[in-house]
Amino acid sequence: MRNKRAWFAFPYVIWMALFVVIPILIMLVYSLTAEVETASGTAFEGSVENFTGMTLYMNVFGRSFWLALVATVICLLIGYPVAYLMSREGPGFQRVAMALIMLPMWMNFLLRTYSWMAILENNGLLNQLFQKLGVISLYNRLTGSDIDHFQMIRTSGAVVLGMVYNYLPFMILPIYTVLTKLDHRLTEAAEDLGANAAAVFRRVTLPLSVSGIISGVTMVFVPSVSTFAISRLLGGGTQMMLGDLIENQFLGGAYNPHLGAAISMVMMVIVVICMLVMNHFGDGEEEAVML
Amino acid sequence: MSKELIRLKDVTMTFDDVTVLKDINIYFNDKEFLTLLGPSGCGKTTMLRIIGGFQTPTTGDVFFDGERINDVPPYRRQVNTVFQKYALFPHLNVYENVAFGLRIPRETTYENGKTEKVKLSRDEIDSRVREMLEVVSLKGFERRSIASLSGGQQQRVAIARALVNRPKVLLLDEPLGALDMRLRKDMQQELKRIQQQMGITFINVTHDQEEALAMSDTVVVMNEGVIQQIGTPEDIYNEPKNAFVADFIGESNIVDGIMRADRVVEIFNRRFACLDGGFEKDEPVDVVIRPEDVDIVSEAEGQLRGTVTSVTFKGVHYDTIVDFYGFKWLIQTTDYCPVGSRIGIRIDPDGFHVMKKSKYSGLYGDYSSYSEEYDEINDPTLLDVEEEGAGDEE
Repeated sequence: MRNKRAWFAFPYVIWMALFVVIPILIMLVYSLTAEVETASGTAFEGSVENFTGMTLYMNVFGRSFWLALVATVICLLIGYPVAYLMSREGPGFQRVAMALIMLPMWMNFLLRTYSWMAILENNGLLNQLFQKLGVISLYNRLTGSDIDHFQMIRTSGAVVLGMVYNYLPFMILPIYTVLTKLDHRLTEAAEDLGANAAAVFRRVTLPLSVSGIISGVTMVFVPSVSTFAISRLLGGGTQMMLGDLIENQFLGGAYNPHLGAAISMVMMVIVVICMLVMNHFGDGEEEAVML
Repeated sequence: MSKELIRLKDVTMTFDDVTVLKDINIYFNDKEFLTLLGPSGCGKTTMLRIIGGFQTPTTGDVFFDGERINDVPPYRRQVNTVFQKYALFPHLNVYENVAFGLRIPRETTYENGKTEKVKLSRDEIDSRVREMLEVVSLKGFERRSIASLSGGQQQRVAIARALVNRPKVLLLDEPLGALDMRLRKDMQQELKRIQQQMGITFINVTHDQEEALAMSDTVVVMNEGVIQQIGTPEDIYNEPKNAFVADFIGESNIVDGIMRADRVVEIFNRRFACLDGGFEKDEPVDVVIRPEDVDIVSEAEGQLRGTVTSVTFKGVHYDTIVDFYGFKWLIQTTDYCPVGSRIGIRIDPDGFHVMKKSKYSGLYGDYSSYSEEYDEINDPTLLDVEEEGAGDEE
């Protein structure tokens, strides 16, 4: 063995084998089989029907990837400027800003999402506020409609909002880390060579923070695509996503673990392909997180 | 005569109540190789950054070609910089690093007063990059990544990247600091050649006095944010203005003396003929005697008599430390004198250099602690520490 301390990694290797590799193999087996009745009870039988039958759920696939993509883009558009500004401030400001960004993460994920429900509901905080401020009557007058609340919950927008809210820190942190490590002399060198602030950003800062962007995009996109709590709570069943679909196959009424496993496998493959494409743009930057 | 290009007028720079530059007045001529020389913390890099536009002086003005440029940002100055440790762009290859400045559209003002952003054509960029890579002997390295280059090669890329923009002035911030001894010597010649080939001003910052003497047309010696002396390398070495300069440039024995008359200096209560004049009668002075200007003779023939306390073989000569009446001198000679032997010395009139007393009098030029100083001089990693330490004491 080249590295004499390689055995330090053994606990992790065992962990990976037990809880990642073996489960994936089990899933693979499930996805390629179906349950059949035999004389002695039920048995597994090889089948590709799980995959061929999946075409029924194309719209769920489409919605999942689309909403995750929208949420990721919004996170990037919000997160990059925040990370950029933070990285250029003094250490005191950076510590406070970091604490504020991390603060929501000290609260339970479900609790945070439930809070959004309370805010977005038809008679929730936001609609009450709009009523008090006269925004709704103004809207009615302007458009000639007659509504007593805005429909915010149970829309795809609410789902995207939930994703952005929950996963934004995962976009900010890796970009911020890369930007703080960026050698200040490189931007000075670019200025020296004739680049104004915009050109310095476009030609030096942005290309050198690609690895952070890739990490951030990965860390937002992957959990967004597979989320089920957010779509359930904020989408209210109207925005079924892959996570809900899979959960339904294992725990819900549609009980069919074989189909659930097949959907999981397909989703995993698509995500891996997305990440490979992303990493290709990063040109093999070593800091990019793969999955 | 070459014309004046840059002038700093009454420039003072203060960071958080620490004054880094004090009332600097200096001008830089066109096509000149000038070196700012001094220990770390003397303000030389700050001066370079003011010229480059990365810092604005607290008070005072900077002029370029007669025009005040205090508020002109770096990207609008006809000055380019070779940064300490080069600051090459890691995401670009050698070619793209050099082409960086050329790919940025430049604002050009026409005679009718219109300004327009002008982009260079691909062919023009290509020919200028290739030409410059040839100047720095890096032909064939176009596609190499920065990380795959040696220190010396990176240095050449940094020089090419700056010069390709055809600046009027090239600023070099400790350009040879990261190179090993041998490479440093080669690059000294190389930089000098490039400067002559390009025919522009080079302003170089270093703490290495040997480098300063070898490369420069003009040397500016700085300490504690103040210019100590400006002159040709010969002037600086032969006619140092004060004890600091004498000690910082080369090896010097500096002793207290009294000018008894023009061309007569008294040290150790003996009068010697010298070439200096213009002092008041009986004025206390600092007297510099360079180690190579001392002849060792027999004790009987000597003008001064002392005891050898240490001898180090240096190849070309011996570094001999001699105790004269409790004051230790460094003498560089090809004659071997064993430790403990009594010797005499003779010094020709041109071996004395007399300086006015200054705040640095008595601080430098004594070789009593020679062995320690010797170690520090020869250990580059200790250099900065030693200099900063010396600064703190004062």
